[in-house]
Amino acid sequence: MSNTRQADTASPWRAPLLFLILAALFFAEGTFRNALFSGSWNTALAILNMGLISAVMALGVNMQWGYAGLFNAGVVGFLALGGLAPVLVSTAPVEGAWQAGGPRVILALLVGLGTLVLAALVWKRLRGAMRVPALLAVLVLGFILYRFLFDPAVIAIEANNSASAGNIGGLGWPILLSWPVGALFAAAAAWGVGKVALGLRSDYLAIATLGIGEIIVAVMRNEEWLSRGVKNVSGLPRPVPYELELQNSADFVARAANWGMDPATASGIWVKLLYAGLFTAVLLLLILLAELALKSPWGRMMRAIRDNETAAAAMGKDVTRRHLQIFVIGSAVIGLAGAMMITLDGLLSPNSFNPLRYTFLIWVMVIVGGSGNNWGAVLGAILIWFLWIKAEVWGPELMRLITAPMPDGSLRNHLLGSAPHMRFIALGLVLLLVLRFAPRGLVPEK
Amino acid sequence: MSQPYLSATGMRGGYGKADILNGCDLTVEKGQIAVIVGPNGAGKSTAMKAVFGMLNLREGAVLLDGADITALTPQERVRKGMGFVPQTHNIFPTMTVEENLEMGAFIRQDDFRATMEQVYQLFPAVAEKRRQNAGELSGGQRQQVAVGRALMTRPSLLMLDEPTAGVSPIVMDELFDRIIEVARTGISILMVEQNARQALEIADIGYVLVQGANAYTDTGPALLADPEVRRTFLGG
Amino acid sequence: MEILNALVTLMNFVVLPAASYGAQLALGALGVTLIYGILRFSNFAHGDTMALGTALVILVTWGMQALGIGLGPLPTALLALPFGIALTAAFVLGTDRVVYRFYRRKRSEPIILVMASVGVMFITNGLTRLIIGVDEIRFDDGARFLFTVRDFREWSGLAEGMSLRVSQLLTLLVTALCCWALFRFLGRSRAGKAMRAYSDNEDLALLSGIDPERVVRLTWIIASALVVIAGTLYGLDKSFKAFNYFQILLPIFAAAIVGGLGNPLGAVAGGFIVAFSEVAVTYPWKKVAEYLGFQPQELLQLLSTEYKFAVSFTILIVVLLFRPTGLFRGKSV
Repeated sequence: MSNTRQADTASPWRAPLLFLILAALFFAEGTFRNALFSGSWNTALAILNMGLISAVMALGVNMQWGYAGLFNAGVVGFLALGGLAPVLVSTAPVEGAWQAGGPRVILALLVGLGTLVLAALVWKRLRGAMRVPALLAVLVLGFILYRFLFDPAVIAIEANNSASAGNIGGLGWPILLSWPVGALFAAAAAWGVGKVALGLRSDYLAIATLGIGEIIVAVMRNEEWLSRGVKNVSGLPRPVPYELELQNSADFVARAANWGMDPATASGIWVKLLYAGLFTAVLLLLILLAELALKSPWGRMMRAIRDNETAAAAMGKDVTRRHLQIFVIGSAVIGLAGAMMITLDGLLSPNSFNPLRYTFLIWVMVIVGGSGNNWGAVLGAILIWFLWIKAEVWGPELMRLITAPMPDGSLRNHLLGSAPHMRFIALGLVLLLVLRFAPRGLVPEK
Repeated sequence: MSQPYLSATGMRGGYGKADILNGCDLTVEKGQIAVIVGPNGAGKSTAMKAVFGMLNLREGAVLLDGADITALTPQERVRKGMGFVPQTHNIFPTMTVEENLEMGAFIRQDDFRATMEQVYQLFPAVAEKRRQNAGELSGGQRQQVAVGRALMTRPSLLMLDEPTAGVSPIVMDELFDRIIEVARTGISILMVEQNARQALEIADIGYVLVQGANAYTDTGPALLADPEVRRTFLGG
Repeated sequence: MEILNALVTLMNFVVLPAASYGAQLALGALGVTLIYGILRFSNFAHGDTMALGTALVILVTWGMQALGIGLGPLPTALLALPFGIALTAAFVLGTDRVVYRFYRRKRSEPIILVMASVGVMFITNGLTRLIIGVDEIRFDDGARFLFTVRDFREWSGLAEGMSLRVSQLLTLLVTALCCWALFRFLGRSRAGKAMRAYSDNEDLALLSGIDPERVVRLTWIIASALVVIAGTLYGLDKSFKAFNYFQILLPIFAAAIVGGLGNPLGAVAGGFIVAFSEVAVTYPWKKVAEYLGFQPQELLQLLSTEYKFAVSFTILIVVLLFRPTGLFRGKSV
């Protein structure tokens, strides 16, 4: 993100070479068993799968930052919202939940939304002394009506079989269908925030998104009727077969024996490979769409706006509108990634949405990979994810090596115990170093 | 003729690759008012910024009172006796008039209250509002504060970049009167002006710049009388 | 009598907690707004600087307690505060030297500086975890209450009581002192005026011979001092937990924006506006309403406390919608 882009001097072999190194890292993780690598293909593929999902997130962030220079500090919120979709779309309906208060909750939410729309209308249409009182009256009455409808319904739903359900449940539709729904959820929230915070100073969007991120996560954590809160939603349906099914299939066991693997390992690897194929397909499709969009007149205009906002505005381009479009699209991609992640986990655990992990780590991926370049974002995502996971192992190893000559004591124990925290310092250092010395990232924009 | 107080000779330079100044000369005698006029894009403000050191010169030299100051930064030139009033953003809007003047005197270690009194005497209108925030004043009064701020270092050369841009004709006349008064105290004035006719009327020497070079140089009244200058730059 | 009971309840559960929380936010928001005014970016590392500074204060406090140094009824942390401030300021100046100065000289866009502050945030966060861990820590010693609920009830004969904790009174006094000193410094001293001049008009300040690096250094030192004080008071009042300090970033930003970014007076007002709204919206008003002669069925709580961040956010959105420069007219949008 600078106004003066130097001519492209990077070698065309740079990106393929870096991807090759990445592949070698995964190969090493899968085959060698030592202090550095686990030697388990199951582990390697698990890292790869989450890496691919991180790559989708990074694509979304890259659209916002790399194409338009928008700082979204609430990635975790859009991700969580996307993650809600599999629960609402694909879990089995909860017996009695809908009867307990389903329509009433929906009515309450419609009233809440309607209140905001009406308030906006009042503010737009009315002039003069009545404007503020009318606005306040609409908001207060709307809120009272909303709570009147909402509270009893929620209590009823949460009381319904609260030990194993207590939530509204899902529609029982195929899980793959929930992915675009997750994208839609995130897009809707992004539209709301963008409408308010875009067109002002660039930091305001960052602060507003930081806020919406916190709030979405708080809603997921507390609205048990929706997401079961801290009780988690588990047992989400899968788009791929279960390991146990495979192990019970004589056909599969025979094929595994053919490969010289025991059925347990083979089934794990096979399931992960299926996931990897699915995620790769989505990733490639997104990159294709993004590249086509970038080459279209729309994409050229986006880049023109990013490179010189003032000039573009002077040429009559509606900068704020374009920014809103790209912000919504980018958030939709993040929401899609959220739905994919929850599908992979088979579990929605609202407590796990930590901004450091899901907002700022994604940012590091994009910056390191090369903002503005889709392949760079993908490379950065998988690489940083690999390092982030491995640092959990390597950190303590390194610390043990460093502290080996020290006498056993509280300081050594403290240092050994705090090794995991070193990840944050390392991450911050990587971000700062790349930002300073290689601001265009590993794979610079073409 | 003795060495002029300010002498900038053969200035060439610009912001990017293309030069804006193409061998421009400017000289001002002690206590003189020098005015730079010319068509849009002639490099008037650029020439003044070059004199003040806000632009790196490729060629040429700037001498102040005989000393070569070409290599000095603007801040160092302020210490050498230059005062500069930018065209816009030339006051501290959320600070009072008095604080604006104090900030003007920031580099002075001695007592500057006498200078402040002189400024207030010169601009009685803003003296009344010394406790008011400068950003709340009218356009003309803000320009007075801006000039006053630059005078606080007791400069020997005061440079004004279009001081009358955007003020009404009455305020403009008032401002020019004040500038004449400042010059009478022995301070040399170098000024870029959009209102060429009025500015040349008070100019001891006028420079007409075209494409970054001197086209005409003469006393103000002489330039006003020159039919060629009148036809091309003053609109008949 | 009933009115008095309502009033006492209000004081105990709304006014006093909100006032001390508001004071803590105000000190934090002052730092954000000063940094914004001088360095022209929103410092995302501010919350974690607060955590690091408080962690250092806690370490020094423990050291002092081990040596038997104390302040009697007052918390030892007050004595440790200057050391914490000095260490934090040194760290923050270090980050300026190795991180921010580069972008300042290059005149990078503000958003790049915001991004750099995210990197600093990570490092600061890691350091805090490294030196003190992620657990909740209470470090208040000395007397806990100036007077307790029971003291008050016995003294007044009312059914309801209120208490005044030492940490609350301390927060209000220290904040008042800090604000007084800061505004006096900004309004009267040469260095303070130079800071305001630099914030108003950077180029003109340079022309006037103000040394930008000095102004920037001073800003970091003042902001660090304020934020360490805020963090220590917050920790004494509630408890110390690193993640909570990261989360307090949002209400601090909200307070600074409500008051107008770059405007110190606005930051103080913004801190109290955010705090009072937060407490008022998440407090169940049932008891107060009963004393006032109503018979409410519900708790009369507008939002559950888990959503207190939604209050900051809503205030933020309302201000951005209707008055993006803030109530007290900060820097341009």
